[in-house]
Amino acid sequence: MTIPGPQDISRHELENGIVLLVRENHSSPSVVVSGYLAVGSYDEPEEQAGLAAFTADGLTRGTIRRSFDQIYEEVESVGASIGFSASVHYTGFGAKSLAEDLPLVLDILADALRHPTFPPQEMEKLRGEILADIRERSHDTRHMASLAFGELAYPQGHPYRRSLIGYAETVSSITRQDLAAFYERGFGSRGMVMVIVGAVEAGRAVELVEGVLGDWEGSNLDRAPLPPVSRPEKTQADILLGYPGPPRSDPAFLDALVCNTVLGVFGMMGRLGARVREEQGLAYYSFSRISGGKGPGPWEVVAGVHPAYVDKAVESIRGEIRRICQEPVGQEELEDTQNYMVGSMPLQLETNEGVARAILNIEKHDLGLDYMERYSGLIRAVTPERVQAAARQWLDPDAYILAIAGPPTSNPQPPTSSIQPPTWSSE
Amino acid sequence: MNDITKTQLENGLTVLLCETHTAPVTSFWIWYRVGSRYEQVGITGIAHWVEHMLFKGTPRWPAREADKAVARQGGISNGMTWYDFTTYFATLPGERIEVELDIEADRMTNALFEPEEVEAERTVIISERQGAENDPLFLLGEETRSAAFRAHPYGHDTIGYLFDLLGMTRDDLYDFYRTYYVPNNAIAVAVGDFEREAMLDLVRKHFGSIPPGTLPGRHRPVEPPQKGERRVVYEGQGNTPYINLLFHAPPATDDDFYPLVVLDSVLTGASGMAPFSGGGTNKSSRLYRALVDTELAVQVSGSLVPTVDPFVYSLTATVRPERGPDEVEERLWEELERVAAAPITEEELVKASKQARAQFAYSSESVTGQAFWLGWSEVFADTDWYIGYLDRLSGVTPADVQRVARQYVRRSNSTVGWYVPQEKAK
Repeated sequence: MTIPGPQDISRHELENGIVLLVRENHSSPSVVVSGYLAVGSYDEPEEQAGLAAFTADGLTRGTIRRSFDQIYEEVESVGASIGFSASVHYTGFGAKSLAEDLPLVLDILADALRHPTFPPQEMEKLRGEILADIRERSHDTRHMASLAFGELAYPQGHPYRRSLIGYAETVSSITRQDLAAFYERGFGSRGMVMVIVGAVEAGRAVELVEGVLGDWEGSNLDRAPLPPVSRPEKTQADILLGYPGPPRSDPAFLDALVCNTVLGVFGMMGRLGARVREEQGLAYYSFSRISGGKGPGPWEVVAGVHPAYVDKAVESIRGEIRRICQEPVGQEELEDTQNYMVGSMPLQLETNEGVARAILNIEKHDLGLDYMERYSGLIRAVTPERVQAAARQWLDPDAYILAIAGPPTSNPQPPTSSIQPPTWSSE
Repeated sequence: MNDITKTQLENGLTVLLCETHTAPVTSFWIWYRVGSRYEQVGITGIAHWVEHMLFKGTPRWPAREADKAVARQGGISNGMTWYDFTTYFATLPGERIEVELDIEADRMTNALFEPEEVEAERTVIISERQGAENDPLFLLGEETRSAAFRAHPYGHDTIGYLFDLLGMTRDDLYDFYRTYYVPNNAIAVAVGDFEREAMLDLVRKHFGSIPPGTLPGRHRPVEPPQKGERRVVYEGQGNTPYINLLFHAPPATDDDFYPLVVLDSVLTGASGMAPFSGGGTNKSSRLYRALVDTELAVQVSGSLVPTVDPFVYSLTATVRPERGPDEVEERLWEELERVAAAPITEEELVKASKQARAQFAYSSESVTGQAFWLGWSEVFADTDWYIGYLDRLSGVTPADVQRVARQYVRRSNSTVGWYVPQEKAK
């Protein structure tokens, strides 16, 4: 197995601006399609929070050629899946199927992208589902902490501040015309990226995509720059502890990534896992994560804590942040972490999804097709001094955003069945 | 899938090996035939707690050192406890796999169960339980399952009851561990980039000298037949109602299991086969159309878990805040009666079959996924169950599906649970 790189990732720019990347994998019977368009909640007005997400969900509710029922009958009959979902900077899409069904899923994806009709009845049903979701989540402490974090960390008017799916008031007042207008304004070929990985010839994949999307035309959304974000002053609310972090494009991002792995990932949740879990009854999990997106998304510590131990847990978390800011990481610990980050790459590239995710990331952040080949060298070049500098630049044990929500937080992915999945030891 | 070889060492350890060289990674699992099925009131939650303790150190691998050893080699690792098993695994670059065998062989017998660590984990697990209690579906599921099973240990949740988590001692845990963590109660599985003979040698090297143990002569629990509908209500926090229906189902080795898989596909959509992940969307399924399209429910799902003893087929729906569980239940029964009254169509059968083929293909794309299924199927049946899965499904007819619908999915075999939020819907 070779590391995906310029020799086996083919990159094509269609005339209408669509960028298509293909990597063949004939040892698998399936094919994965993954991509995004350059429209998201960034582009919705604040008083219409949830508009981008509503629009994305609405694409598959009916097109000129297919009703909602027909779309899903066709997709599910062959054991395939398709989906669209909005995030802040992008609207993502994906599909998975057996290789023989790639023409079908591409046809349906393109149909939903190009010819959605937003049927009024379906939009009302969808509105009901979104509102029910918003209601249900208002009782989900993890979600509420995340919302609180957004409001504390980002200023008024900043797209990271608000809920992606919106609020009861905003979603209730979005009309069908609003959806259609947002779609017209934002959806088009310019800025669209698609990755296909699996048992398909690259040439054939290009042909298929040209066939269904080659003559689509582009939108050209005008995006105002993000409002500036200031460093946090100490604020109290409920248990995400974090900061606006570096965008992927920051030259020190990889230093911060290594730092994050030491702090809250390596082994069982890094230094945070060791300290916060080892100390009696503090938490059953505590880890950290860094966004590395288009803008200054959160770099945060997450912990699930019994309410009686919140203060003690926060002190432990601050202690670990203080340590990583004040003391350079030891050589051995750094090497362990680097070995883990480099060594785990084959695992992440084992499946079509993993490869597609990696290629999409490369294209989104313009990292270069040879990024995966260079990755090992880049990570191993990070020194203890650079890790400490990254920590000092973005973390601060005494000035942070803290968001907690009420009783103990629920499982990260609440199951949709009452048959509980087995209990895993770590996150 | 490539050939699977099954060997048994002299000490009773079952070894399953499957070579595959598409990626330079290997997944190694050790499965113990012990889970919450082996518990009774007084020691509920013990299997899961023992699993926690296995991460807390041996003389050679102090706490966390094992995780770090795997991580620094670029691996991922985890452990999991459920009804019929406890399992530990790591997936690593192929040439680094030996460290995982070392770790698992060592902690099969040398876990320390130090009293301070036991106490530390007591409060961690209680916190974990209390976190789960924040989820209405956990509360509802625990309620309905305990009503469906009057006697069998499947009726209590793997996490255990709070009073047992408070009451169990270090010696309880250690005795349980020494009883069940023996090579003749274990299955070692390796899938990936290795040579079969060399891997077998490694397994012998690390596990071969561990002596077998005497397993308790088990008085096997048998759930008495359910003779009439059972109903439970859970009045809880929140603002969203839920409904859960359970039907006693055949175990995985029963011929009726496969038609029930097809029935579930038709009713709620394809099940995923990646370790505990979903099967994609289910918007063309009968229950979605009947409940979600009609704006009675927000989502509906089904679950049929392969188990050693007979378990339950479960249907769950999230009720729209402005509707009631009674309305959803009524519509649900209409659909269940419909599928018992008339056979499914040929199109539905073909669709279910294709969905299963796709899900099976997806599940076999990673060595971790393959190793997971080989080990799990060996626990509740044998590896032929997994390998022959699609073949057996293809033999199912609409008449079979109708028969199992009539036999299993009926009121007198049902336990119905409603989760009623205290905050009323507007």
